[in-house]
Amino acid sequence: MARIEVNHIRHSYLPNPQKDSDFALKEVHHTFEDGGAYALLGPSGCGKTTLLNIISGLLHPSHGQLLFNGHDVTRLSTQERNIAQVFQFPVIYDTMTVYDNLAFPLRNRRVPETDVDRKVRETLDMIDLASLAKKKARGLTADQKQKISLGRGLVRSDVNAILFDEPLTVIDPHMKWVLRSQLKQLHRRFGYTMVYVTHDQTEALTFADRVVVMYDGEIVQIGTPAELFERPRHTFVGYFIGSPGMNVLPVALEGKTAKLGAQRIELPGVPKADKGAVELGIRPEYVRLGREGMAVQVSKVEDVGRHKVVRANLEGKEIAAVIGEDDEVPAEAKVRFDPAGINIYADSWRVEMGA
Amino acid sequence: MEKTWNNKAWFLVLPVLVLVAFSAVIPLMTVVNYSVQDTFGNNVFFWAGTEWFEELLASDRFWEAMVRNLIFSFIILAIEVPLGIFIALNMPKKGWGVPVCLVLMALPLLIPWNVVGTIWQVFGRNDIGLLGYYINALGIDYNYVQDPIDAWVTVIIMDVWHWTSLVVLLCYAGLVSIPDAFYQAAKIDGASRWAVFRYIQLPKMQRVLLIAVLLRFMDSFMIYTEPFVVTGGGPGNSTTFLSIDLVKTALGQFDLGPAAAMSLVYFLIILLLSWVFYTVMTNYDAER
Repeated sequence: MARIEVNHIRHSYLPNPQKDSDFALKEVHHTFEDGGAYALLGPSGCGKTTLLNIISGLLHPSHGQLLFNGHDVTRLSTQERNIAQVFQFPVIYDTMTVYDNLAFPLRNRRVPETDVDRKVRETLDMIDLASLAKKKARGLTADQKQKISLGRGLVRSDVNAILFDEPLTVIDPHMKWVLRSQLKQLHRRFGYTMVYVTHDQTEALTFADRVVVMYDGEIVQIGTPAELFERPRHTFVGYFIGSPGMNVLPVALEGKTAKLGAQRIELPGVPKADKGAVELGIRPEYVRLGREGMAVQVSKVEDVGRHKVVRANLEGKEIAAVIGEDDEVPAEAKVRFDPAGINIYADSWRVEMGA
Repeated sequence: MEKTWNNKAWFLVLPVLVLVAFSAVIPLMTVVNYSVQDTFGNNVFFWAGTEWFEELLASDRFWEAMVRNLIFSFIILAIEVPLGIFIALNMPKKGWGVPVCLVLMALPLLIPWNVVGTIWQVFGRNDIGLLGYYINALGIDYNYVQDPIDAWVTVIIMDVWHWTSLVVLLCYAGLVSIPDAFYQAAKIDGASRWAVFRYIQLPKMQRVLLIAVLLRFMDSFMIYTEPFVVTGGGPGNSTTFLSIDLVKTALGQFDLGPAAAMSLVYFLIILLLSWVFYTVMTNYDAER
């Protein structure tokens, strides 16, 4: 296991990158601690897979350094880095049996056959494929194949890190949950350094201790799931995490008050925003729907099972509010913002509020 | 809805039935007709029964041509398949090299067969041929007109030159269909170059390779034009393959009966081999 330092890494797929927009990774500087479970979360094309491939050595960064336990590995090949990686779509060796597929990474490294057998059997039990060990891999279903891919990632115990690139995309929803909790258990048991790329917030939030949110080639926030939810550092994190995402409303500031059209909203403190476009962010969970506050026109109520999502119009802006499954929407609905859930953003970045 | 049961659909397949009848069935029946009769021209026929077939199957000439043809097919497969795989593996996967390589590879396939024969016929001559002249100048005695071994070598090299591209293109198509993730996974798993070939590339090429072998086998088993232009089946009968022998019998000696019998046997062999290949391929597919 290793501590992975990503030292001011920039990467471009173009031969001569000039502008910032030529870079798939603008600048990433972060340390993945030894034994941590990290999720890299972000929309498609934000550079998360690029970062993962740079860590595993499938790509070499245009600029910057990569350190494993303090040793520079930037120019080392994938083999020399001793990394395990699981890809989005199942990669299996068609002509081999399930057993041989799992043994492959070990045999390539000339592990004695008795150890191979022990490790492979352990892994087969872990991924629940022991009954298929002697079967040819090509006859299996997509999720069984993906389990083999996962198994090949987990079979070597001496790896520096295990990287997952959206590994559960092809898996059925109920299996996803099972596999994710198995990975989590493995992490607790063996203390692997794990980096898990996904664009699914539920997956990221349930798997990882710390979530790294990426947007447009940059890391916008690193934090625990709770931090990302309560205090998004960037409006993108607000939109991206949570369902529905955070309400972001353009406001004008006046001391401890934010003005939204004709409405005045009391803030918990004085925001330290002296320039740029100011926005107020509030999660739907903190919007209280009732008979007092600011008047809204309710446009739609979506019942999503455990709660209802109310879509409404406040001063010409769309907002969402979450209410309980049994709550009713009043005839002349009004909303209040819970001060605990209010964040203020200047030019999309969160600003602190003073007393 | 009530289903209509009548035979009107036959009208829809009638055109193709007529076409097949005129292009295949009727000519084939003519051959069958010749194979069981004897004729001296003037449309006078005598019933011969199975005489021509018995004669053919007992003749050394036929079996020698057959063995020659099988050896030839085996040799060119043994050269073209590995060579084709090797070239395909080393062709660029992206960049400007791809179209250049593809065009270069396709060139031999675009040349008419008798032109290929002519090219090599001239190329190998030891008076004016670039190849023949310089090989002799190096002190190696090479003369495809007189030496059977030299004639074989020439015909085989010509076939390799002409047809390896086909194997290359088919294998290349198989190779480029392999997603990058497989190579990446192999790197992660620490696979050697050989293991990548053995466990990723070869299995992915298996299907196209089967087709390549089938095509090359059938083509080489029916080969006529190129060796005929280069050696005319000689020296002696040393490069007389089945179809050259057939044409000699039919048009050279004008023995229509024996030639027809030979055509039918030849046809049955090809049919049998095609069936074997087809069965192997469909079984392979079913297994997948």
